[in-house]
Amino acid sequence: MSVLIPPIATPAPATVPTGGLARLHEWVITVDHKRLGVMYVLAGLAFFVIAGLEAGVIRWQLAVAGNTVVSPQVFNRLFTVHGTTMVFMVGIPIVFGFGNYLVPLMIGARDLAFPRLNAFGFWVFLFGGLLLYFSFLGGDGLYGAGSAPDVGWFAYAPLTGRAFSPGNSTDYWNLSILVMGFGTVATSINLIATTLAMRCRGMSLERLPLYVWMMLVVSGMTVLALPPLSAAQIMLLLDRFLGAHFFDTQAGGSAVMWQHFFWFFGHPEVYILMVPGFAMVSEIIPVFSRKVIFGYPMVVAASLAIGFLSMTVWAHHMFAVGMGAPLNSAFAASTMLIAIPTGIKIFNWVATMYGGRIRFATPMLFACAFLFQFLCAGLTGIILSVVPFNWQLTDSYFVVAHFHFVLVGSLIFTIFGAIYYWFPKVTGRLLSERLGRWHFWLFVVGFNLTFLPMHWAGMLGMPRRIYTYPADRGWDLWNLIASLGVPFQAAAVLVFLVNVAISLRRGLSAGDDPWDAWTLEWATTSPPPPYNFETAPVVASRRPLWDLKHPDDPDGPHE
Amino acid sequence: MFAPVSTPALAIREVSFLVLAIAMFIFIVVAGLTVYAIIRFRRRPGDDGREPPQVYGSTQIELAWTVVPFLIVIVLFLTTTRYIFAIEGRSPTADALEVTIVGNQWWWEIRYPRLGIVTANELHVPVSDPADPRPTFITLQSADVIHSFWIPQLAGKTDVIPGKTNRMWIDPNTPGTYVGQCAEFCGVQHAGMLLTVTVHPKEEFALWVAAQQAAAPDLPEVRAGRDVFTSVACINCHTVRGTPANGVFGPDLTHLMSRATLGAGVAPNTRENLRAWVNDPASLKPGALMPAMKVSGSELDQLVAYLVTLR
Repeated sequence: MSVLIPPIATPAPATVPTGGLARLHEWVITVDHKRLGVMYVLAGLAFFVIAGLEAGVIRWQLAVAGNTVVSPQVFNRLFTVHGTTMVFMVGIPIVFGFGNYLVPLMIGARDLAFPRLNAFGFWVFLFGGLLLYFSFLGGDGLYGAGSAPDVGWFAYAPLTGRAFSPGNSTDYWNLSILVMGFGTVATSINLIATTLAMRCRGMSLERLPLYVWMMLVVSGMTVLALPPLSAAQIMLLLDRFLGAHFFDTQAGGSAVMWQHFFWFFGHPEVYILMVPGFAMVSEIIPVFSRKVIFGYPMVVAASLAIGFLSMTVWAHHMFAVGMGAPLNSAFAASTMLIAIPTGIKIFNWVATMYGGRIRFATPMLFACAFLFQFLCAGLTGIILSVVPFNWQLTDSYFVVAHFHFVLVGSLIFTIFGAIYYWFPKVTGRLLSERLGRWHFWLFVVGFNLTFLPMHWAGMLGMPRRIYTYPADRGWDLWNLIASLGVPFQAAAVLVFLVNVAISLRRGLSAGDDPWDAWTLEWATTSPPPPYNFETAPVVASRRPLWDLKHPDDPDGPHE
Repeated sequence: MFAPVSTPALAIREVSFLVLAIAMFIFIVVAGLTVYAIIRFRRRPGDDGREPPQVYGSTQIELAWTVVPFLIVIVLFLTTTRYIFAIEGRSPTADALEVTIVGNQWWWEIRYPRLGIVTANELHVPVSDPADPRPTFITLQSADVIHSFWIPQLAGKTDVIPGKTNRMWIDPNTPGTYVGQCAEFCGVQHAGMLLTVTVHPKEEFALWVAAQQAAAPDLPEVRAGRDVFTSVACINCHTVRGTPANGVFGPDLTHLMSRATLGAGVAPNTRENLRAWVNDPASLKPGALMPAMKVSGSELDQLVAYLVTLR
């Protein structure tokens, strides 16, 4: 029998000091998971805009052959900082920000297990990120070389050694990532502890919302994958400052070892970013299809399988390194295997839609575009796992297209969908549907204009990370089309920001449960009070609000 | 990569068509189902607001969509492995041409150890007729950072890694010139690190070898330029066989004018470009490691006059 405490009205605000400074102070000292979650997402979006501008300049430079908008030095800094920003300062904080906000609400808890550790994690991330950007001001250092990192976001040794990267720009990159890594690990431990120890009564692990399940898997992956990256960063630090020779090939160090360390983090990292996207659509698709998720146990099992297999695929970034046929074959096998649980999830989502009554509100539009674009991303992933074909495609624009289909076409799309979906819970107001549609269609058109042609450019032999190209190689048209997509994407993001600004003040009032949804966060007020729930909820199934709304046909017996 | 002329690239195109076909098939099936679900099950105007039947799952269906992908993966994996071993497993025959290519920031040194030839940025190999195979086996090394050797029409990439020696092979079956470039980010001028492979008919290749093996000409009319060359810093980095110049940090210039481009493919090797290059390499290739030579105008003229005799 599921009993839910009916939502209570927002309590009258306590006597808080007024004025901007006092409010800022409140946000700075907060340990509330919801405020920290919001700050994570806002910081992530701010960095998203910055990284987008950097990408805009990159596409401007590459729009035509032999362009001279920026010098090669500036171009190399732009793609290095763009990549580092998108992975570490956009993807990570936004997915963990959502986790911060939603996990306690979805499991009926009042906060994360370690609220102060949570605040520590956020501030460490924010200042770590600012450290990277501070290199634009301070990176010259003693040697006067470079003013921002220019070694690529995976910073292959020995290009990062003192001999090839004098000055301090690489040190900013190194320390920034080291510092942000501590924050991410702290938050992951927090999410694991919270999920395992603070679930409300009745919420056994098999009743956990899929979102929470997947964030648990993500946190587990983070705890395993990030420390090796930190270790590598520390080794690099020792190389650069204390004359160690881990990666110093001139003194017998190993350049390939850096790649193993980096990708042992770097590939799970792709899933650390992408599984939260799966988590978001696993909430959105059922609600807007008006159907329970098809095959809940299978989706959970697939998530666990992805988490496990993601630890075994890293060297597929290294097929051209010369590892030898047996190792190449082994990593091809693990990479192809991980496609199976990933494919299962797509089938489960489509099966959930099948037979439903699909409402195409903005969150669902983004989820649908995600399905197609992620299908492309997954299939190009399979293509890349075929080692001989990979020898042609790796380090070409085909790879650039592939991972932008994953990280933008899939992750950023699900994030936008999630923002439209949970914005009413966070602010109490709905985002405008009309602007939401403009945002969606502009972004779909712009994204595909930019990234579809890159597959072709890559197959025609265009390597990535070149600041210019000659006109006689047949790449011109595809690059021009790719650059023409940029204004559409920029307009989409602009519409989104306008939508947020307007809706914050004049959006329709959301009520507690605007989407007629089924998980616990919709049982409390919008926005939720600082303590989340008046009384700890008790649940009897995976969809407590379904039970409440359909007392004649509760979920429990079907599970 | 879609106009391959060498066995590894041909094999890759073969396997790529198979993989692309499978991927296209999966895309059509899954995207088709998704489109169908979206159109068929959209909420229509006049919807009564009742919830549709709740379907919690189906073991048979889920088993099916686990087993079928698994079978596809097995097929793909076996095919992949066969091609990996076919390409990586070939060992050099006695009559194979051996070449060592050394990646440098931002040019390629090309050595023919058995022929005593050292050149740069333009690899010359004989055609390999299937009836009379003459494959070229390439040893890849790096002098500084990681580069990647890639001529799409001849073979896939092989990384060029300091402290590690990689091997790959090509057997181009059609004479011609094939363009490629460094495929692993290697610093400022990663984009300016091109290379070409010229495939010659057998007799033509023999002529090329003979020309390259010859010593540099020593013409009295360009003695002044030669003296400039050997008296300034040029010789710290460059070699011209038969002169005191024996530097190893830059390209061997013994037969400089036999090459079509300057600065690893960034400019045609004309007299004007050569003059501009010697005066200030950054004018053609920003960030190039060769310093501007800062020789006076008349010395520059003499120097260039000498260099253009190095055929």
